[in-house]
Amino acid sequence: MSKNITIKIDNKEVQTSEGEFILNAARANDIYIPAICYLSRCSPTLACRLCLVEVDGKQAYACNAKSKDGMSITTSTQAIEQERRAIMEVYDVNHPLECGVCDQSGECELQNYTLNMGVDAQNYAVKDVARTTHDWGHIKYNSALCIVCERCSTVCKDMIGDNSLKTIPRGGDALDAEYKKEMPKDAYAMWNKLNKSLIGLTNGTDVLDCTSCGECASVCPVGALVDTHFVYKSNAWELDQVPATCGHCSAGCQITYDVKHTSIENPQNKIYRVMNEWNYVSLCGAGRYGFDYENRDVRKDEKAFASALSAFKKADTIKFTSSITNEEAYILQTLKEKYGYKLVNNEAKSFQTFLKDYSEVSGTKLWGSDLKSTHKSNFVISIGTALKSDNPNARYALNNSMTINKGAGLYFHPVKDPIIEGLSKNIMSVTHAPLQEETALYLVLDLFGDKERLPKEVLEYLASFHSKKTITVEETIKEKVVEIVKEMKLNEETGVEEELEVEKTKLVPRKISKEIEVDDNALLSLLGADDNFMELLEKNLKKKDTFSMIVGADLYNHPNSKNLARLVGLVEKCSDIALTIIPPLTNSLGVALVCELDDKAGEYSIGYNTKADFTLSALGDGDLDMPAINQQEGTLTSINKRVNPTNAALSYGGYELNDIANALGMNAKNVIDYTKELPLDAGFKPLSFDSLPNHYENNADEARGYLLENIKVQTGEDISVENINDEKLEGTLIYLANPVRQFTEFTNKATNLDEVSGLYMSEEFLKSSEFSQGDSVEVENQNSKLKTTIISDNKIAGNIAILPTFDSKLNSEAMFSGYRFARASIKKV
Amino acid sequence: MKNEEFNNREISNEYFLVDITDYPTDSWGKIKRVIKRSFRVELFVGLGVVLRELVWFKKHTVSYPEEKMPIGPRYRAVHEMKRLLESDIERCIGCGLCEKICISNCIKIDTKIDENSRKEVTDYTINLGRCIFCGYCAEVCPELAITHGGRYENASDQREHYVDLNYMLTPLDVMRSGSQKEFEGFGAITPHEDERVKKTPLAY
Repeated sequence: MSKNITIKIDNKEVQTSEGEFILNAARANDIYIPAICYLSRCSPTLACRLCLVEVDGKQAYACNAKSKDGMSITTSTQAIEQERRAIMEVYDVNHPLECGVCDQSGECELQNYTLNMGVDAQNYAVKDVARTTHDWGHIKYNSALCIVCERCSTVCKDMIGDNSLKTIPRGGDALDAEYKKEMPKDAYAMWNKLNKSLIGLTNGTDVLDCTSCGECASVCPVGALVDTHFVYKSNAWELDQVPATCGHCSAGCQITYDVKHTSIENPQNKIYRVMNEWNYVSLCGAGRYGFDYENRDVRKDEKAFASALSAFKKADTIKFTSSITNEEAYILQTLKEKYGYKLVNNEAKSFQTFLKDYSEVSGTKLWGSDLKSTHKSNFVISIGTALKSDNPNARYALNNSMTINKGAGLYFHPVKDPIIEGLSKNIMSVTHAPLQEETALYLVLDLFGDKERLPKEVLEYLASFHSKKTITVEETIKEKVVEIVKEMKLNEETGVEEELEVEKTKLVPRKISKEIEVDDNALLSLLGADDNFMELLEKNLKKKDTFSMIVGADLYNHPNSKNLARLVGLVEKCSDIALTIIPPLTNSLGVALVCELDDKAGEYSIGYNTKADFTLSALGDGDLDMPAINQQEGTLTSINKRVNPTNAALSYGGYELNDIANALGMNAKNVIDYTKELPLDAGFKPLSFDSLPNHYENNADEARGYLLENIKVQTGEDISVENINDEKLEGTLIYLANPVRQFTEFTNKATNLDEVSGLYMSEEFLKSSEFSQGDSVEVENQNSKLKTTIISDNKIAGNIAILPTFDSKLNSEAMFSGYRFARASIKKV
Repeated sequence: MKNEEFNNREISNEYFLVDITDYPTDSWGKIKRVIKRSFRVELFVGLGVVLRELVWFKKHTVSYPEEKMPIGPRYRAVHEMKRLLESDIERCIGCGLCEKICISNCIKIDTKIDENSRKEVTDYTINLGRCIFCGYCAEVCPELAITHGGRYENASDQREHYVDLNYMLTPLDVMRSGSQKEFEGFGAITPHEDERVKKTPLAY
């Protein structure tokens, strides 16, 4: 691990860790070094060269110079200031003076630095080339405004992993040779590079095909990349920023809703866009574009409220989803204690059970790690989750670990995923049969388990999979061959050429086959791993020291979920792998910690955001309207075990759950009065909502809400696990997962997310079957049947069709008996 | 800004007292003043003027609202929105600087992207009930689009008397007849502006 050192920046002593970039060390200590192209958490690009500093008298770039003990750094000298001013002058060359109609105006880093460095005159010029605008779907690229800082392509490669953007040649005139002599050196070098490039798409076309996160537009310092939905909608300075937490998945990303009145006629606030602290958190497309899911124009409907109250009197069950805040979960739990309602939430219930089974072995209520340490690890294992759509942030963590830490990974999943495989060539993807997740976990135990910590039975069981086998390998060896060659040589004495015999040795490659004894791991063949799996793994495990594992929703509803949970606990206990468990939905963890959930619904049930006899709904389709997450105050519990506060971005005029609770005998003015009441024995803290911060510090510290305490659980001595169940699901299979950018009915409601629901099939699957894009099909199995259309999806591969959950009209969940895979027949109709 | 600047209340020495005779303080002096004022013929001089004007019947006031006084070209009354001289298209580009600078926060602007991918102003209002006619909007406007005009009448039965875009825009017939007048006040280009501009080198 890196040790703590002291360096001096501008004569100020600064504590940092060895190997930290100087720029980060300075930023963490509130020392200003200008920089445009650097993104923390990504690799330095050295495009802008503004961060030029003097390290012990020598010039260096703060963004890629690593700290060493005792270094002395000067952030500004006359020479450096000259360079910086020249760089800013260069950036302004041919930059259109159309700030008035530029969407970035007011938050533009080019504007800021130009003014900051006092550039009031221009000394350089080069002939411009025709630079056009490109419509890339959800983003627009105006190359005339681009300063080629490469932040977009860097974040796409190092953080997101789509690798969709790259620099392309600009064409046009070269710089005047005179400048090389008269300009400061770095400014010239930077200009020379800038003048040759622009940003283009990696796929060579003008059609962007990526997972549409929009992170490139968010990091763009100028107005070159702008979200299409935001173009010319509002000036940045008119928007009020409401700090919040994204309510779509369990990642709990920090966001701000940028709000302003809807129009001159309509003074009601509207969300114009979603912003994030992109140096510290990256959003997915759902977080960035799925913001207008609020329950609009709701008034207090007293009649509906009265019938809601009588429904509560009549009901014995409350069904709900996990798109609720901790405080609402607390209200539901209190109502349960008071009136004996059954609380039914299947997805949170299975997660709760999984956690309980897990903690019996691991001894802690919650998993030990989080995504932040996954970012920093260099070997990542993922089991039982369609990572890119279940939790996009977990995928970013995986990718970031690959690119920045030169990491490697293991991705176990029955559905082949070209996006995950495309993140890095060091990700080994194992496409196993559904129901074989246990085998994958046993393999992890076998490969990474600490032999001394593992129970004897498990060791013996694992050993039973190993056998020796002899295989024939072809090897090429180099053999020494002695040859006698006749050569003509000049006899110096006589001056006549003579033939001489000379002995020469040569190395000749030769192929031989050799029989060697190797270890045969039956677990690998059970999983269907490639033959060269061990060889590759050995290569990938070189120089790896921090391991992490992400497990997800496939395991929670697995028929053997109890054993899986115990295995997961065992992996964490008996290896150096740091574990993160993905909660299936937004606040599943909060619900699992706060509520006691029941299995079966009673006779009359009230549904909250889910259909029931009486429905409370934030989607606007129920019997009584409720506020959506972006209209509520409250806290959400994330995958990082953090209780994050979120504020109401938009006003809401109707009744909320708290009103019902008050009418039923509870007493709180606001729902956030319950924040400090959240159960302490589950790890919550008695802090009031208003005391919870929601921002990042300059040193990347996450000052958001608070961390849940990971309560120790009394464990029995029993840490035994059951053996592998050989059962495999085979035949025509369907899998319950959403496309990227869709999670729930709420994302489906958002206007900028235009995914169409249907039966997703990979191009490969479509080619080998009689189906084609747009066909109406009937999917049927013993549980249910449904009609839908086929959608060709190039973001999956293999022969498993996918049914989404975000469109409740499809009622896809009925096809599955818990486990996310099911057998089904697909027929054209 | 520091408050110290305002704490110095010493007034400059250039001020001087006007030489006027002191008011009487004793009662005899006051009586003398009354007699003097009453029996000088000033009263009749004034009455004479009234009588003279009455006979000659010469008008000295403007009969507003039938008649109006001409006002100065820099007068800051109700806003106008100007059009481009060469194409009749409105000058406003929707940059929103007026909205930002407005210190009484009475300007609102709605924009969108139009079919030519340009920024289009869909709606623009000034709440004249709140406007203090400071002229900042005209001064900040980079396109000389929003200016003040000469129409100073804005009495209304509603304080929230809105001014909208179409109302402020120079009418097309006025524009085509070439009678759109430039505003000479705040925000107008000062004489000899060209001489003060630093030239930017261009490679072509």
